[in-house]
Amino acid sequence: MKLFSEIGEYVLLIPQVFKRPDKGFVFRRQLWTDIKQIGSDSIGIIAIISVFLGAIIAIQLAYNIDSPFIPRPIIGFATRSMLILEISPTFMSMILAGKVGSRIASEIGTMRITEQIDALRVMGVNPANYLILPKITAAMIYFPVLVTFSIFLGIFGGWVSGSVTGLVPSVDYIQGIREWFVPFNLVYAMIKTEVFAFIITSVAAFRGYTVKGGSVEVGQASTNAVVHSNILIIIFDLILTQMLLT
Amino acid sequence: MIEVQHIYKSFDGHPVLEDINIVFEQGKTNLIIGQSGSGKTVLMKSCIGLFPVDQGVISFNGRDFSSLPDKKRRHIRQEMGVLFQGGALFDSFTVEENIMFPLNMFTDMTPKEKKERVDFVLENVNLGGTNGKFPSELSGGMLKRVAIARALSLNPKYLFADEPNSGLDPKTAERIDELLYNLTKKFNMTTVINTHDMNSVLEIGEKISYIHKGKLWWEGNHKEILETDNPELNDFVFATALTRRIKK
Repeated sequence: MKLFSEIGEYVLLIPQVFKRPDKGFVFRRQLWTDIKQIGSDSIGIIAIISVFLGAIIAIQLAYNIDSPFIPRPIIGFATRSMLILEISPTFMSMILAGKVGSRIASEIGTMRITEQIDALRVMGVNPANYLILPKITAAMIYFPVLVTFSIFLGIFGGWVSGSVTGLVPSVDYIQGIREWFVPFNLVYAMIKTEVFAFIITSVAAFRGYTVKGGSVEVGQASTNAVVHSNILIIIFDLILTQMLLT
Repeated sequence: MIEVQHIYKSFDGHPVLEDINIVFEQGKTNLIIGQSGSGKTVLMKSCIGLFPVDQGVISFNGRDFSSLPDKKRRHIRQEMGVLFQGGALFDSFTVEENIMFPLNMFTDMTPKEKKERVDFVLENVNLGGTNGKFPSELSGGMLKRVAIARALSLNPKYLFADEPNSGLDPKTAERIDELLYNLTKKFNMTTVINTHDMNSVLEIGEKISYIHKGKLWWEGNHKEILETDNPELNDFVFATALTRRIKK
């Protein structure tokens, strides 16, 4: 019953968010701040994880594909495909759900319990629109950039690990990443990323916005934001994959 | 002038306010007093539109506020300044940005005009020169004064203050009281202060409404309250040794 009630609250909140902002320049300023906080500040963690994941994938593939009948460039090809299709859009979104989602939920939740949201409402500002719309927009603008960055760094990580360990000769790896490229895979990755960006920011904002109580509840909201975003990411990953790739 | 007429409010079937009738007068400091849990915060939040009332009318200079949908309340809301208990300043904004926020949202003032308005309201709360500080760098009393400055930025007709003295030392609390009183007179506002601070009651209570168990129990001023024979009000007012000694 609580689940249906929460879904209802979420559905009612979203139209409040997607209203025309009161003042364009205030929205743009807030958007710029959110792009920095949500996007730019996540570059470091995305870079580290992407490079290492690419490296690990390449080594694991090399370890598993040791048949002389399978050409070595297949390792480069498989690393690239895994990164584009799944690792960068889905795995990175889950990382961002942890980093960005918890931040949004705790920031808005703290504003709720310290009456800052009430203050906005009393002033005649639509708090959902003012606080949440720039965050959703920032994530939907910047997450595709981060995922593209992650794909390139992952491929780079695979090349470094293959070359350094000698498991995949550089020539073979580079040949593999250039072969059998399907451009639609990138479109598919970006569509998923946009959907996940919306899920992460809207669910986290909803969790923060509806907090009641004190610091303990803000902590719970933050945890729930991450857990629920991740569950929804996996569910929508399956749905989108079924819709777009079959 | 704010008129509260036959207000009822309940939560989950539990009545919190019952048939409240109060007139908050313009140019006066109107105090709502009562014990914790008496319903005074609910009354104030109902007046500013944060809680919808179950029954009754709240009108601002004859304009019915309580029955308006949220969208149409906006005009009246921009005539209100609200000082929340904790200040409710935006943490990520400086003092200047906090005060400028309502100006950015609701006026077409030039940056120079906004800056002048910020400096003017900061001077009025004796905080000139603190423009660049963040709320985390301010003391409790300064936070309250910045919150008052923000509430004043749009030149409100109605000023609401929820427990403005909570968490402050007696001297700072007295300064906040004086400030609210002086600003009320200077700008001829209808000021409504929610408090259980007896010093505020005795110093600035031009009109006092005592709420007890969700009902309006007594009305009067700071002189009359000392002479009342209402037993519940006496229990509240003279609950401390200090106030009992004053009465003697």
